[in-house]
Amino acid sequence: MKYLCLIYSDESQMGSATEEQIEQVMGAYMQYEQEVSAAGVKLAGEGLQPTMTATTVQVADGKTVTTDGPFAETKEQLGGFYLLDVEDLDSAIEWAAKIPTAYMGGRVEVRPCMVFDIP
Amino acid sequence: MIDAQKAVEDAFRDKSGRIIATLIRVLGDFDLAEEAMQEAFITALDRWPRDGVPDSPGAWITTTARRKAIDRLRREKVGREKYLLLAKEDRGETDDHDMLDNMDESSLHDDRLRLIFTCCHPALNLDAQVSLTLRTLGGLTTPEIARAFVVPEPTLAQRIVRAKRKIKSANIPYRVPPDHLLPERIEAVLAVIYLIFNEGYSASFGPSLIRHSLCDEAIRLGRTLFELMPDEPEAIGLLALMILHDSRREARTTDEGGLVVLEEQDRNQWDSAKINEGTALVERALRMRRAGPYQVQAAIAAVHSEAMAPDQTDWQQIAALYGTLIRMVPTPVVKLNMAVAIAMSDRLDRGLQMIDHLGKSGDLDNYQHYHSARADLLRRLGRHVEATVAYGRALDLVQNDTEKDYLQRRLREVNPA
Repeated sequence: MKYLCLIYSDESQMGSATEEQIEQVMGAYMQYEQEVSAAGVKLAGEGLQPTMTATTVQVADGKTVTTDGPFAETKEQLGGFYLLDVEDLDSAIEWAAKIPTAYMGGRVEVRPCMVFDIP
Repeated sequence: MIDAQKAVEDAFRDKSGRIIATLIRVLGDFDLAEEAMQEAFITALDRWPRDGVPDSPGAWITTTARRKAIDRLRREKVGREKYLLLAKEDRGETDDHDMLDNMDESSLHDDRLRLIFTCCHPALNLDAQVSLTLRTLGGLTTPEIARAFVVPEPTLAQRIVRAKRKIKSANIPYRVPPDHLLPERIEAVLAVIYLIFNEGYSASFGPSLIRHSLCDEAIRLGRTLFELMPDEPEAIGLLALMILHDSRREARTTDEGGLVVLEEQDRNQWDSAKINEGTALVERALRMRRAGPYQVQAAIAAVHSEAMAPDQTDWQQIAALYGTLIRMVPTPVVKLNMAVAIAMSDRLDRGLQMIDHLGKSGDLDNYQHYHSARADLLRRLGRHVEATVAYGRALDLVQNDTEKDYLQRRLREVNPA
């Protein structure tokens, strides 16, 4: 079953991180990348640019309305994701717990993907 | 005729937890399993008086329910794959007889464990875990659970529906967790059972009958877990703790339903059979030499139970046990209890010092028992002016009427004016 792991953290803290801290985070992510790829469970995964680069789009009455900024202003922002294909929620939780942000002060939301019955 | 009906009722009461556990595994769906079991029991009400009670009522219900589920899937033409799978199992090699033969004690045993761990899965919120556990394992009805927790019935029903939906759609596995996940998952199960017990034990609302039934239910679940995991010392510790608390059931409430504090309880009303059982369980758990917070709390309760009068309490031993408990759960409340135990073991000054030190953090400022414990020690030390102030603070925070009466009575002792 597919699960999307949404990685949330406080972006404002990234600006104040020291080079050493950034290296530490990058190192941890590289190791996770290797692990998750070697286990054959990663379908996709990306880091996102900060929310200041976000554009929110809505179409109303056929007209496209764009807003500068993320959909919702929150204390922690979506900073990246992994799409994993694993057996069940327990396994998804285990992989989510290994995502560096999960143990470095941020949080990871695990969402099962919809399953459509194809006749 | 009456015997057959009684047999159905007995089977429902004693076996439905086991039956549902197996059906959920076989059918892979909580709702389908529940509906099928219900239909099977209705069928039993019709058949058993006519054809006689089967040798193994539980197996009869399970098989009948499984057939009902297959019929239902066939009728609804949904879950085609699942239907084909079940229909296939139903023929050929695995006919019903084989299936029942295969349902030996150990697989039934595992099914119940699977159900416990799934109902208490940490991905469900705690309220949902509690409701689902009581509903599927405890066999309490939705209205009964709603009354016990003083929530509207639709809210409770919705909670259970949501939990079952999440189990299904997020694919929460129906299994006993693998070894590396087991310790924390057992902790979650124990927490749910203890929460159910405490709801019944310390709730200051609701008719006592319902509260007692929650305690009974929690103890029953504790016994089940003990039976299923006999080598798990914390499971034994929790069962012992609940039984020891429960031994004071009669003594801890007045006829009007108010709470009586431990010191003032009529110890002749304590249930000695329960005390013996609880104490034996604590000893058994401690012999396994893997101590944990439930075992230590049970040991503390056992020491209290030994004393036939408050002044015979072995406070020194209790203080030592709290010392062990603090290393496991270093919370302010445990520290407060330890300070009280030290004070009561003829070291009033030292205990009060510790309490005052604890108070400096401010964490316990709004905790009634901090102020009442402090007031109590000040009273015993004869420092009546300070005791008066402390009783006043406790009275500001008290919610329960009987405790309020108790505190006011103590307040009058130190401040007769």
